[in-house]
Amino acid sequence: MAMAMTLSLTRKKQLLFGASLLPLLGFVVQQLVSGGGPDPGKDLVLLTGDWTIRMLLITLAVTPARRLLHKPQLLAYRRMLGLFTGFYAMLHFTAVMTYVVGWNWGRFLEEFSERPYMAVGILAWLLLLPLIATSNQWSLRHLRQRWNKLHKLVYVIAILGVVHVVWLVRSNYAEALVYALLTLLLLGYRLLPSRTARKHRAPVS
Amino acid sequence: MIIKRPTDIPSSEITPEAIYLRRRDFMRGSLAGIAAGLLPGSLMAEDSTAPAGQALTYSPVAADATDQGFDTREARTPYEHVTGYNNFYEFGMDKSDPAQYAGSLVTDPWSVEVSGEVEKPGAYALEDLLAKVQLEERIYRLRCVEAWSMVIPWVGFPLADLIRQLGPTSRARYVEFKTLYRPKQMRGQRSAFSTIDWPYVEGLRMDEAMHPLTLMATGLYGRSLPNQNGAPLRLVVPWKYGFKSIKSIVSIRFTEKQPQTTWAQIAPREYGFYANVNPQVDHPRWSQKTERRLPSTLFNPNRIDTQLFNGYGEQVAHLYQGMDLRKYY
Repeated sequence: MAMAMTLSLTRKKQLLFGASLLPLLGFVVQQLVSGGGPDPGKDLVLLTGDWTIRMLLITLAVTPARRLLHKPQLLAYRRMLGLFTGFYAMLHFTAVMTYVVGWNWGRFLEEFSERPYMAVGILAWLLLLPLIATSNQWSLRHLRQRWNKLHKLVYVIAILGVVHVVWLVRSNYAEALVYALLTLLLLGYRLLPSRTARKHRAPVS
Repeated sequence: MIIKRPTDIPSSEITPEAIYLRRRDFMRGSLAGIAAGLLPGSLMAEDSTAPAGQALTYSPVAADATDQGFDTREARTPYEHVTGYNNFYEFGMDKSDPAQYAGSLVTDPWSVEVSGEVEKPGAYALEDLLAKVQLEERIYRLRCVEAWSMVIPWVGFPLADLIRQLGPTSRARYVEFKTLYRPKQMRGQRSAFSTIDWPYVEGLRMDEAMHPLTLMATGLYGRSLPNQNGAPLRLVVPWKYGFKSIKSIVSIRFTEKQPQTTWAQIAPREYGFYANVNPQVDHPRWSQKTERRLPSTLFNPNRIDTQLFNGYGEQVAHLYQGMDLRKYY
């Protein structure tokens, strides 16, 4: 505890950065140690997909955690978490294109038009791009109120992401249900009347 | 007066021969257990690489067998992947779950219930069924509905050989198979989140069941089947998606009507009764035009074109003459 208290914010951010990379590092180590199993491409697609939705949910949990735990300083970590969502989403897209679609654009169009869960996933990914591009001080300063509006897109992305996951289930609904429930909770929390909002009429992001 | 001297060892202390013969498995199991305690689970995948099971006596595949579809020149998928990566939802949803958890399944004694439109119904001990057939080797492609595939050297006997001995009546038009239902030993059957209504049921039309390619397998790579691959008795229908090749069979029923098979019941739009491999008919959620031939690697996904009837069209296409394969998928 005393240790944790003495860690500087920079050091804590470094730790979070390292922790966010662990799933990917674990995969790389597994490939090197065990040769990676017979279908590592598929494994990478699933791993990066799982961690996109998990990172997204963790990012969405920052705001409720700040209020419920009375730790407004948690805001300092939100951008990094959001960017890691983007990081895993980029890897996921690349892995799907490489191991499922084979960078065949005809096949890509077919998947996009014929398979709704693919379309939903790609749409969520596209909507993430402007959020990734504007996750910096410069954009925050120049977009002002519009930045808040733009980043509300994350709620739409979360819904699309969960739909994508649930639609993919072949037989086991357990994990998909957990994601869906957490998303409902985290988005539902935003609908609760906020005390600060009522008092100050300040925008809540 | 004869005072009977007790034998040195009470009979309760004598290890039954069957267990005695498995003493090395026990040691291996304990060592694996210790190793598992020291290593993270994912690194233990290697555990399944050492060939398990008994060596079988069988006739090797004949030199001219490729024409009949009994052999293929394609590279075989290594034993470790055939036995370490597959679907057997009775033991869990992950591809590594069967290898990890199927050890709990007891396959001896094993009996198969034969019923329905048949002259010799009854419960048959597995040994009695096997005594009536000749084992042979078949090297088949296996195409999973999830768009991956393997090449596997099976050991088994033509299902037709067994069916002829059981003597189906003239009313028998289909064969229905059931997998063992034993939740105590099959952890997947205890899962509350599975959509599957156990036991797993599959079926074939009679002419499909009698086709020379249709195999009842008891082994692979020359040794008896590991539990995770459907020990002690499973079906192999190489021109159909893998889920048709039902594992750990305890019931064979001859019927007049088409059986209600498990996947066709859960998602009739996605999985049909026939489930013939067909690149022209996509699964509603993914394409069936290509497949990843395993093992694939990160740098070589090994994606190949899927063939109609999994490349066995020459042998089986006549079974479906005049049928709309888009309707009867």
